[in-house]
Amino acid sequence: MFTSSSSFTNSVDALFTYIVVLSLIVLVGITAAMVYFVVKYRRSKNPVPVNIEGNTTLEVLWTAIPLALFMSMFYFGWTGYKEMRSAPADALPVNVTARMWQWGFEYPNGLKTDTLYVPAGRAVKVLLRSQDVNHAFFIPAFRVKKDVYPNKVNDAWFVSDRVGRYDIACAEYCGLNHSYMYSAVQVMDQSDFDAWFSSASAKAGVPAVLAAAK
Amino acid sequence: MANVAMPADRAEPNYLEVTTNSHKGILGWLLSVDHKRIGLLYLYTMLAFFAVAVGFGFMIRLELLTPGKTVIDAQTYNQFFTLHGIIMIFLFIIPGLPAVFGNFFLPIMLGAKDVIFPRLNLLSWYLFIIGGLIAVSAWLMPGGSADTGWMFYVPYSLRTTTNVVPALLAAFVLGFSSILTGINFITTIHRMRAPGMTFFRMPLFVWSLYATAWVQVLATPIIGITLALVMIERALGVGIFDPSLGGDPVLYQHLFWIYSHPAVYIMILPAMGLVSEVIPVFARRTIFGYKFIAFSSLAIALFGSLVWAHHMFTAGMSDTAMFVFSFLTFFVSIPSAIKVFNWVSTLYKGSIQADPPLLYVLSFIFQFSIGGFTGLMLGALSTNIHLQDTSFVVAHFHYVMFGGTGFGIFAAMHYWFPKMFGRMYNLKVATAAWAVVTVGYNLLYFPLFISGYLGMPRRYYDYLPEFQPYHMVSTVGSWILIFGLIVMFWNLWRGMRSGPKAPMNPWGGVTLEWTTQTPPIVENFREVPTVTTGPYDYSRYESAAKEGK
Repeated sequence: MFTSSSSFTNSVDALFTYIVVLSLIVLVGITAAMVYFVVKYRRSKNPVPVNIEGNTTLEVLWTAIPLALFMSMFYFGWTGYKEMRSAPADALPVNVTARMWQWGFEYPNGLKTDTLYVPAGRAVKVLLRSQDVNHAFFIPAFRVKKDVYPNKVNDAWFVSDRVGRYDIACAEYCGLNHSYMYSAVQVMDQSDFDAWFSSASAKAGVPAVLAAAK
Repeated sequence: MANVAMPADRAEPNYLEVTTNSHKGILGWLLSVDHKRIGLLYLYTMLAFFAVAVGFGFMIRLELLTPGKTVIDAQTYNQFFTLHGIIMIFLFIIPGLPAVFGNFFLPIMLGAKDVIFPRLNLLSWYLFIIGGLIAVSAWLMPGGSADTGWMFYVPYSLRTTTNVVPALLAAFVLGFSSILTGINFITTIHRMRAPGMTFFRMPLFVWSLYATAWVQVLATPIIGITLALVMIERALGVGIFDPSLGGDPVLYQHLFWIYSHPAVYIMILPAMGLVSEVIPVFARRTIFGYKFIAFSSLAIALFGSLVWAHHMFTAGMSDTAMFVFSFLTFFVSIPSAIKVFNWVSTLYKGSIQADPPLLYVLSFIFQFSIGGFTGLMLGALSTNIHLQDTSFVVAHFHYVMFGGTGFGIFAAMHYWFPKMFGRMYNLKVATAAWAVVTVGYNLLYFPLFISGYLGMPRRYYDYLPEFQPYHMVSTVGSWILIFGLIVMFWNLWRGMRSGPKAPMNPWGGVTLEWTTQTPPIVENFREVPTVTTGPYDYSRYESAAKEGK
């Protein structure tokens, strides 16, 4: 479950685990109480019911305690989300184009690729545009997702410290080959990235200079 | 709960034997304005649509058994999940409890002879049928049925060459059916209550239908006008949602979810009412926290209307919108939690008989709770970003809508069956079917939570090999579930045809429907009942014991 890393992976997984644990405790409690009552008060053993109309103290408690827990979930969700909205100013900008059914990436120097190559440890900001219908840019391993529209530019950012290749999926249904609209993000050491970047730029005939200052 | 004179020695012809018009046979049904006959018309047609949609669901799961093509091609798959969604939502889950059991039992539970507008009620059923036939018929037209998903997101729904307009038209017509039923129920509840039936003596099923009906009346017109705009846009090229004409796809999503989120409460509220109805009967004691449950229905209807944009947290809305909609989403969880706690407390010190209706209700509480808890993970912003549009959402939705409402419908069928048909099904077979259905159901949907968290997007025809174990378990679950459903329906069918005659009150319920003849007569009561107590007055069981009986 916790296989790989972007800056968001840990905070998202931590909040998820927090909610799962709380939920499990309450779910087990509810289910156990239910089963216990049904067995203990079965009619053959307990022919006479006791009519209890309610209990205001209990009602207040089981309104207030969940409310407090829910507010904590809301708060951590919000702070985690704020991070996702705060791309560093020096993030490497990459234009991402979605169309049925592929992804295209364009670096500031004009270099175009069909896989997203990024240096490890460097913040990357993707600027998302669609050429046709709605898509969604989804890197499961990085806990990053954003819808891609034809009429506006959405953005997202991430930074990954772990070298490797991670899937990019389309998460918004977009027709026939929606499920094949995969690409990948290749996280490389800075030196590997630099080497790749200059040779790929040379091949494409574009200057091997990244516009955004490091 | 009521003073009803009920001489057992003379039985009047029941609603199955005589109708409200002069016709015999099929026309006696198709032109009847008796709310009970209309309820059965809804029941049979709804179950027919359900069977079709289960078929599509079966094919979807079968296709996903292995990566790559298993049985159908991608285009067929896309059309199947669209049809599955449209039929299940608009033709099964939405009408399931209100139109079938609400129609049949709302007037009886209020001590009324019928709904207030019986002809309008029949018209609602015809609109339901027309809408349903339009939805299914698109399958046979050249171009095939829509492949957009049941949400009809633009611009894809404007671009595809499949028959989107019939699907939109169907949803539009079905919307009118829903609105008219809502108006009928609200007015009936306000105007048709028997003497002494104050609002706080109404059964909780009626309360939940009341909250539901307001949402139906207030929210459904928005989806109607939105879908009409998409049809106009497709036909005439007006640029409302189409970005190439200056429109905005996100505007469509807002308008769609302004209805469709409240719509999930249209779907779940009546099932919550049914749960509140069943537990006291089988525990033979009064409901715990009557007013809290009643008001929580209204709170759900209110808050549920204010949280629609939590379906769009990845759409690029402003931070303010994200904050507000996430915050409000957590508030809508509170009344649901209150209900669950009160239901469990109602079992405390009851005298419990675990008959099939209660068993389905226990499954409901377990599964609805899982659906609710996973809703918290979806309501929190940072986790939502990761989970949005994955199979986690599919699992969450099915846990609430099928594990909740679907099981609520099954519970209702088993609970009210003897009253509706005057016969009884086999309880042992029903219990066995419940066990199989519950196991199959959880096997089918639980793995999708895990694969969703691991990054399996929804609406995928094909998938990466690493997800196969989850898909395999899920598909096997679908077979078990369908087997259980077949046994369940076969058992009910057999009970209806040849089961033993049911007594007037087989479960020992105290709401008004258990005080009328079985099956009920045409206008429900020989004399209008006078209500003197709350809806779940089981004190006679307690006092009978005290007197040493």
